[in-house]
Amino acid sequence: MIEIAGLTVRFGGVTSLDSMTVSFEPGTCGLIGPNGAGKTTFFNVLSGFVRPADGSVRAFGDDLLSMVAFRRARWGLRRTFQTEQAIEELSVFDNVALAHERSRRAGPSWRHDVLGAISFVGLEADPRARVSTLGAGQRRLVEVARAVVGRPRLVLLDEPAAGLPDDETENLAAVIRRIPERTGALTILVDHDMSLVSACCDTTAVLDFGKLIASGPTAQVLRDERVIAAYLGTAEVL
Amino acid sequence: MPAGTLARTAVVTVLLLFTLLALPQLISLYYVDTMTQVGIYAIVALGLGVLVGRVGLVSLGQIAVLAVGAWVAARLLFATAQPYPVVLLEAGLFTMVAGTLIGLPALRLRGLYLALITLMLAGAFSIVLATTNFPNGGHGFLGYNGSLVRIPPIRRPDIASGDPAYFRYTVIVAALMFLLVLAHIRSRPGRAWAAIRQSESAALAAGINTTLYKLWALALASFITGVAGGLYAGAVHYIYSIDFPAQDSIILLAVVLMGGAYSLWGAVVAALLLELLPALLNNWGVPADWLTILFGLGVLQVLTTAPAGLADQVPRDLARLGRLLLGLLRRPASAGSEAQ
Repeated sequence: MIEIAGLTVRFGGVTSLDSMTVSFEPGTCGLIGPNGAGKTTFFNVLSGFVRPADGSVRAFGDDLLSMVAFRRARWGLRRTFQTEQAIEELSVFDNVALAHERSRRAGPSWRHDVLGAISFVGLEADPRARVSTLGAGQRRLVEVARAVVGRPRLVLLDEPAAGLPDDETENLAAVIRRIPERTGALTILVDHDMSLVSACCDTTAVLDFGKLIASGPTAQVLRDERVIAAYLGTAEVL
Repeated sequence: MPAGTLARTAVVTVLLLFTLLALPQLISLYYVDTMTQVGIYAIVALGLGVLVGRVGLVSLGQIAVLAVGAWVAARLLFATAQPYPVVLLEAGLFTMVAGTLIGLPALRLRGLYLALITLMLAGAFSIVLATTNFPNGGHGFLGYNGSLVRIPPIRRPDIASGDPAYFRYTVIVAALMFLLVLAHIRSRPGRAWAAIRQSESAALAAGINTTLYKLWALALASFITGVAGGLYAGAVHYIYSIDFPAQDSIILLAVVLMGGAYSLWGAVVAALLLELLPALLNNWGVPADWLTILFGLGVLQVLTTAPAGLADQVPRDLARLGRLLLGLLRRPASAGSEAQ
């Protein structure tokens, strides 16, 4: 499990995360909130791209913040990006191998692991095909395969369904639901699609203006008045 | 091996054999010397191609790096009786260390700023070279003696003392350098570089030590450029600091972009543009100054219509032309069948 305590991030005068304290239990957890709530900033802190002003992150007993970015990936932290980042010049296989060949947990069966991850996400493309020849949905799946190959410990998915048609989103939901049982990784899903979040996540945390305003079982959180207010605005009449 | 790879290997082998065996017999000594320079600058262009095309580091100091390799090789060739391949290796390794050390502070810079810093370093280095001069058989660390009456030529390998033989020697060394780069591109470093070039965040998120792999690219490019410098020393026999003006690095970037920074063939095309074209113009009595204008237009053309360079554009356009011609040949036949 991951314990976040007092995590604060400031960009100049803007406080993107305001002493966020929350813990994520094993399984798939949702992280939602309106635009600019600090969700991607939170992922960037975990990835090591943003240095927090204050706070601590303990993941499975390890102090994540003390590791440099690429070491966190080797430790078992994987992520996808809001704007999909499959490497165009490389083949599907090489894209997935990229993350796995540097993981400490890659054994002699690593080629098999790579192909396994590609078939796990349901990608029906030739592993030798260049990513630049694939469509948007398939590229997303390449990125997800890169995040789940081998034995990751923490998988961060940043709006993986953005821009996908409904049927592909449904397939993706099925894949995301199965990540924890296949890899044992704690998965955190950021998305604006509430049906995707409800379908995939047992628990959900809600950020608004950098503050955690709710967390708990997904169905309960989505009915929370503060959450509804954060998304739809309050009905105060002046 | 897939059929495509097999065909490509066959084409490369035939071309290489032709270049080694037949070419020196077919052309005059003037062009043999020119083609030796093409071989040397193909390695230099390849080094810049690794930096620009693979990792996205724009260096405007590669000619200075070449000068370092030439200096080290010349000094060693005068001072020692080591076999030529050993000197080439040492020139490469020394240049690798020097190039990587210079690149170390530059790692935090990208794009325009890195280009500017490397250009300024190259400019500074050419001033140093102008004062210290290249070794000419003198003693001491610098190996330069201004009062020498008869300057001894820089030696060549015993097996390649004549111009055609030295040309063949250069082609073989160049082929080895291309193989070295190819081996990198096809394995872990190549994958890491591709990731870094597209997105440093994505590379870090995949566990790639981006600093290490950028340094690795700098080291590889400096190494092969240093080896090219060693070949240059033997090719020309006498080296002067004016052979390596800082602005040549800018021309080099222009021809590398024109040839195609993303492919190995691009480096060969770049070297042909840089060395063979001026030699041809010179032979035809056309002032080589026209080339500066031509290269300017060429870069403009490539950047607007073919970002992957001539090495990518020409085969594609030829294939299109072929299809067009094939279509024209077929049309009368099909028109005839419709009429029946």
